Amino acid sequence: MNQIHKEKLLEIQHLKKYFEIKGGGALGKRKQTLKAVDGVSFDIYKGETLGLVGESGCGKSTLGRNILRLQDPTDGRVLYGESNILEYSKKDMRRLRKDMQIIYQDPFGSLNPRFTIGQIIGEMYEIHGLAKGAEKERKVKELLELVGLDASRYHSYPHEFSGGQRQRVGIARALALEPEFIVADEPVSALDVSVQSQVINLLIQLKREMGLTLLFIAHGLNVVRHISDRVGVMYLGKLVELSDTDSIFNDPAHPYTAALLSTVPEADPEARKERIVLKGEVPSPASPPSGCNFRTRCPLATERCSQEVPAWQETRNGHFTACHYPLEKGQTLKEAVAQRQKPSDNKTNNLIMA
Amino acid sequence: MLKVEGLVTGYQGKDGFVRAVDGVSFDIEKGETVCIVGESGSGKSVTSMSVMRLVEFENGEIISGSIEYMGEELTTKTNEEMRKIRGAEISMIFQEPLTALNPVFTIGQQIVEAIRYHEPLKKKEAMDKAEDLLTLVGLSEPKTRLKQYPHELSGGMRQRVMIAIALASKPKLLIADEPTTALDVTIEAQILELLRKLRNEEDMSIMLITHDIGVAAELSHRIIIMYAGKVMEIAETSDLFELPHHPYTKGLLESIPKMSGARGELLPTIEGTIPGVNQMPEGCRFAPRCSFATEKCHQEEPPLQKVGRRDVACWHVEEFTASQVDPFHRKEDPVESNS
Repeated sequence: MNQIHKEKLLEIQHLKKYFEIKGGGALGKRKQTLKAVDGVSFDIYKGETLGLVGESGCGKSTLGRNILRLQDPTDGRVLYGESNILEYSKKDMRRLRKDMQIIYQDPFGSLNPRFTIGQIIGEMYEIHGLAKGAEKERKVKELLELVGLDASRYHSYPHEFSGGQRQRVGIARALALEPEFIVADEPVSALDVSVQSQVINLLIQLKREMGLTLLFIAHGLNVVRHISDRVGVMYLGKLVELSDTDSIFNDPAHPYTAALLSTVPEADPEARKERIVLKGEVPSPASPPSGCNFRTRCPLATERCSQEVPAWQETRNGHFTACHYPLEKGQTLKEAVAQRQKPSDNKTNNLIMA
Repeated sequence: MLKVEGLVTGYQGKDGFVRAVDGVSFDIEKGETVCIVGESGSGKSVTSMSVMRLVEFENGEIISGSIEYMGEELTTKTNEEMRKIRGAEISMIFQEPLTALNPVFTIGQQIVEAIRYHEPLKKKEAMDKAEDLLTLVGLSEPKTRLKQYPHELSGGMRQRVMIAIALASKPKLLIADEPTTALDVTIEAQILELLRKLRNEEDMSIMLITHDIGVAAELSHRIIIMYAGKVMEIAETSDLFELPHHPYTKGLLESIPKMSGARGELLPTIEGTIPGVNQMPEGCRFAPRCSFATEKCHQEEPPLQKVGRRDVACWHVEEFTASQVDPFHRKEDPVESNS
């Protein structure tokens, strides 16, 4: 992997996004608070691809949108240079949109079916007063070529494209204003395998050529591993682990990361590995467990985990974890469980070993 | 046990008649787990719906070919006869367990209905059996679950209930159509664990439909690779991964990022896109995207032929396999490395 200059592009501090939902109480009328993102802090470095993984409902997409202020966070700070994005005025925000863009998962829903591709992408230039007429058309056609589409498709409508091509249009639109930072929210999840690799390659190439910084949100661990320089793992609104990709995948410190990695079905029958199947399901973010969010499914959880929220700290060099009992370097979750086990202990109830 | 030959299934679409499955042949032996792997539009789901003779309920029609189950021809059976086979002999679980369950009946009522349809048991006895089934599929607190409605359960739990219903009649063949696709990874792992247990402990054949070749690698004895309504390759799982014999299989395996090995490199890709159902190319359907294709491939369709232990539909299977040294490494130009 290329060397990343450890220059911060964005500093996310204690970011929170709460939603008020109905549904509590006997009549379902009491208001409840759903903590979609609950106090997340991390830095994004210039030129890196930061992968963000987690199961549905963990808050990874909400986090991405809140960093760009497509939704307004409940609390926290997003520092961009010296200034806090969350305090920007409308005018400031418009300027910021030039620097920061998003690519969505659904290449069907995110393109207006009544506009041509030329209009959809060209709109970006018009809104920001950067180009019109022939100049605009030339720029859009250049972009289409850049993302691997024929410039003659300028007058085509979204429905005339396949899923993979539509995703290329989405990428072209995000690139139009030459942003510095792009949030890619599950950009390849809706695509077939043979088309997925084409779009992954496009992202890798664009990043190399344009020096983009990417926040790559996905649930496919193999894809995230392939494309990311660092990876963050989320569970139930919190970041539980963050480190460089090799360290996360070879030496996870958080029991959730370890379990998650062990269950990926791999396209290689020879890759027999120790499989750790977590019992139970992710609790509702409207009523998360006390203490550590993950303790209800964690094979290492103790009394302490139900009382104290584990602090987000640097357990190894550049490796952040929120866990009272992080795995040591080289230690597997299975070993950690075995070490802990006493005859009277029933901790193994949370595990099926295969 | 199950022998499908020359199956052609089509749908009446708005642009005319469409052959979603076009001449598919394979068999499944007793106790065997076979995975059908394919991308969207490959015809993998339509194949399974044809075996169950469910296509007719969705505007589809089996046009030709035979489906032989335990020596009996299924394509000519009446609806009444099929109903006895469905459930009792062959059961099916679907991708979306919420729509497959009836929202106004409790889990218990739905399992009991399935049990009593095939076995003359009293309600109480059937309810006990339902509880056993829920225990078998690993659902916690089975007694409580019996009284709950589908919306009260999570996606993973509903899929377990679906499996319990499918197992109610002790089927000899279980067809699972993308059973884990709608589920999160940790829940997917639980369901795969359950299917693995059923495969090992119950005397049952499983036909698993999936787009995820990783799932197939973990569960199956044999894999059927489908593309655009055709079978491309059928091979034992370990053989397939060791040395794919069809260019499409190879392309598919290579284009998936691995959990070990190089990162950040450009992935080998299959250029182009999957053809739409009414724009099928002449000759081999994979030819327009195949870097090994010759004139012949664009004109004549290759038959599915025996090649050693496997079946492959490719005109150039011999040169193609000879050109490969290690399927997990990126190859140079195959024609060059052949010389």
